[in-house]
Amino acid sequence: MEFLERFAVPNPSLAIYASMVAIGLTLIAIIAGLTYFKKWGYLWREWLTTVDHKRIGIMYLISALIMLFRGGVDAIMMRAQLAVPDNKLLDAQHYNEIFTTHGVIMLIFMAMPFIFAFMNFLVPLQIGARDVAFPRLNALSFWLFFFGAMLFNISFVVGGSPDAGWTSYFPLAGNEFSPSVGTNYYMIAIQISGLGSLMTGINMITTILKMRAPGMTLMKMPMFTWATLVTNLIIVTVFPVLTVALVMGTMDRLFGTNFFSSTNGGMDMLWANLFWVWGHPEVYILILPAFGLYSEIISTFAGRNLYGYKSMVASMVIISGLSCVVWAHHFFTMGQGALANSFFSITTMMISVPTGVKIFNWLFTMWRGKIRFTVPMLYSIGFIPLFVLGGVTGVMLAMSAADYQYHNTMFLVAHFHNTIIPGVVFAMLAGLTFYWPKMFGFMLNERIGKWTFWLLTVGFCLAFLPMYVTGLDGQARRMYTYSAAAGFSTLNMVSFVGAMIMAVGFVLIVYNVYHSVRYAPRNIGADPWDARSLEWATHTPVPEYNFAVQPHVASSQAFWDAKKNGHVLFPGKVEKIHMPNNSGVPFIMSAIFFVWGFSMIFSLWIPAIISTIAIFACMAHRSFEKDHGRYISVAEIEETETKLRGAN
Amino acid sequence: MKRLFLAFVFTIVTVLTGCEPLKVLDPKGPQAERQAHDILISIGIMSFIVIVVFTILIYVLFKYRASKQSPDYEPPHIEGNKWVEALCVGIPVIIVTYFSFVSVQSNYIVEAKPKAYEDKEPLVIYASSSNWKWHFSYPEEDIETVNYLYIPTDRPIEFKLYSYGPITSFWIPQLGGQKYAMADMVTTLHLAADEPGEMIGRNANFSGKGFAENMFNVTAVPEKDFDKWVKDVKQTAKPLTEKKFNELLKPGHLGQMTFTGTHLDFKPAPEHNHSASGKPVDCNAEELLQKNNNQK
Repeated sequence: MEFLERFAVPNPSLAIYASMVAIGLTLIAIIAGLTYFKKWGYLWREWLTTVDHKRIGIMYLISALIMLFRGGVDAIMMRAQLAVPDNKLLDAQHYNEIFTTHGVIMLIFMAMPFIFAFMNFLVPLQIGARDVAFPRLNALSFWLFFFGAMLFNISFVVGGSPDAGWTSYFPLAGNEFSPSVGTNYYMIAIQISGLGSLMTGINMITTILKMRAPGMTLMKMPMFTWATLVTNLIIVTVFPVLTVALVMGTMDRLFGTNFFSSTNGGMDMLWANLFWVWGHPEVYILILPAFGLYSEIISTFAGRNLYGYKSMVASMVIISGLSCVVWAHHFFTMGQGALANSFFSITTMMISVPTGVKIFNWLFTMWRGKIRFTVPMLYSIGFIPLFVLGGVTGVMLAMSAADYQYHNTMFLVAHFHNTIIPGVVFAMLAGLTFYWPKMFGFMLNERIGKWTFWLLTVGFCLAFLPMYVTGLDGQARRMYTYSAAAGFSTLNMVSFVGAMIMAVGFVLIVYNVYHSVRYAPRNIGADPWDARSLEWATHTPVPEYNFAVQPHVASSQAFWDAKKNGHVLFPGKVEKIHMPNNSGVPFIMSAIFFVWGFSMIFSLWIPAIISTIAIFACMAHRSFEKDHGRYISVAEIEETETKLRGAN
Repeated sequence: MKRLFLAFVFTIVTVLTGCEPLKVLDPKGPQAERQAHDILISIGIMSFIVIVVFTILIYVLFKYRASKQSPDYEPPHIEGNKWVEALCVGIPVIIVTYFSFVSVQSNYIVEAKPKAYEDKEPLVIYASSSNWKWHFSYPEEDIETVNYLYIPTDRPIEFKLYSYGPITSFWIPQLGGQKYAMADMVTTLHLAADEPGEMIGRNANFSGKGFAENMFNVTAVPEKDFDKWVKDVKQTAKPLTEKKFNELLKPGHLGQMTFTGTHLDFKPAPEHNHSASGKPVDCNAEELLQKNNNQK
């Protein structure tokens, strides 16, 4: 009995039991559906074992969208709880679990896979490659992320969710103050998907450095590819820090070490430092690819080349460097003194300079352009003023003495949502709408898309701008309730209304997908937006080998050159193409990681040891396997090409 | 000129947010005043930047929208302009440099005894948190309170912060910004009150289940009344014993309490750990053992 008690939810409620039933029913429905329609084989052959970067990108995309809704439900619950003073909708424990999982899910299991979706789908196409450098490693990255996310998500029905905040500061996250398995989930699930991110970092850097089309020098890469390169350099720099911190945290929780405890020579401040050495660059890992997408979109719909290409690249490189020397601004109030605070205050403010350059470059890209207000462009235009607002409040927060008043308040919460939502989420939705035709062969409905944009923008302003005010009035973040006397009631109600409007916007996205699947025309051609870079030069849908003939490139907007200036993009003849074989090992190995993680979380040592051995067995299998890939013959390519040309 | 500018920004902020002044912008002490000053200056200058960007954006969108142009207009290819880009770097650099000066100066101001009361001896108060309460020890006066703070006006106050548990953050918005209280070291926060009044203080750093209610009341009174309060406490309150204090430390919420004597006598603050002055960490084996036993 004692053994089974560990798996029970420590703080059950009706909502959790309802979710258990819902999860159970969904699982049964999926299994029954797959069996009934005889799709198991299709699922295994075409998706679970695929190493195709486009399919992996699409799987990242679907996961990210699902997680967006999971994190969004958390957000609605929080805003509903705070809408009126002394609300009894949630108790303190549930509120704590919800804001913790909201943070982790939105950053690590929503935003990260969303950017990986675009990196995977776009980078090989933008540089004219057949796939990424290590296709099988890429599949492993995805499945590690996926199983990490699944592991994290079962926490609220098996054993209880983490409740120490997404920052998980020790000693609060230690066994003494967080005795349930929740924080184990945090440590292990993030670890597993973090390993996947690290592998993606190595993969993308290699792909971009080694596999560019002839003629594409570094300074002729499309801006999104540049953003991806810089981002992945940050990933391989800082993710190891997270890995180590999580190992130390896991050791503290499972094996009684004292890295972060406040007794026996441990140091709780060490966690805060290690966490933010990763955590701050992490936000740039999210925002730089977003900047890349905005650059592509704004230049396309302004009908002009990107203004100041060189300074765009330079500013990203400078941002990536600075992002690694600002981490202590997350705890100016830890008592490190005026000198250290001054250093981190100045480095933080310096970031605003290259970021400002980018903003002005986008404005000048539209200058003398011919601006078409499509849905992706609306998001990009909405992004500029809202992000500037988030950026200037960032400079305000960087003033360390004043930060003593902003720290831990709703002002801070308003600031980072003000950068992440218009910055990252808008970019993802813009990219989603922009690249949807390339991914799926039809366009999303523009009318519904515009409604979505306006609902999200208005909802965002109502939900988050009032928080600047309540923060300055003394509302600390992470409070599950407040009294009517505190005086934040009206503004919190406004926030709730804003959150509901945003929720309607997000539901409209789902409706838009449904509507467009049913009604959108399929004969859209390869270049529905009149775009500029290489990914639009191939067919829609993209054949598995991407380009029948390797493209030759002379500028950062090769496709535009071909359309307008008579540049010959595909000078060669069709030859047989070497492609990697599918493999089930990444899926299986990641599934074993899931078992390993679950066993570690619940201290089930025997399955933990067995699954550890199995993981190494998978790696050994890969080492001794002889798989040289396969060739697609010229005849096959020509057949596909004729078919696709006909489709367009 | 600067005053006028600040007053202007302040009026706008107040009008925009309703009539009641926001706590952080309604300072009652020199440190909070400095911080409010920084906040208003930055809001002012930042509004200027926001207005510039908004103006350019709106202008560009109106002037260069496709529906206004002839169908055969081909936008030009423009690589970039050295001077324009220098301007986009130069102006932000000037602003950031100015902010850096303000920021560094303020850092040294808020981290030191308030200038206005430099000649006065500071009142030292040890503020320690436990789940989810605040304990205030006045070593000079030899009294201790729970969940409320009595302070004299016009005298610098030196808070010594530490925690019996998770990291917490000691914050009285109207007197000045917050600072962390941690279990293995003592941090120092300098504050002072200019005028008598009642204020709210709280733990601002998430510390678990009872975090939302982890607040305390602050009463600032003239020095004379403060001395009288101390005298009253000495006559009426009961002494704080180690047993009683250990009871107080148990997780939960408590009302306001007053004692004579402080817990510093039998449970000294972790003042020499991770000492910034370079002193060796004070950890003899016996003490560590005791600490561990207490935790169990």
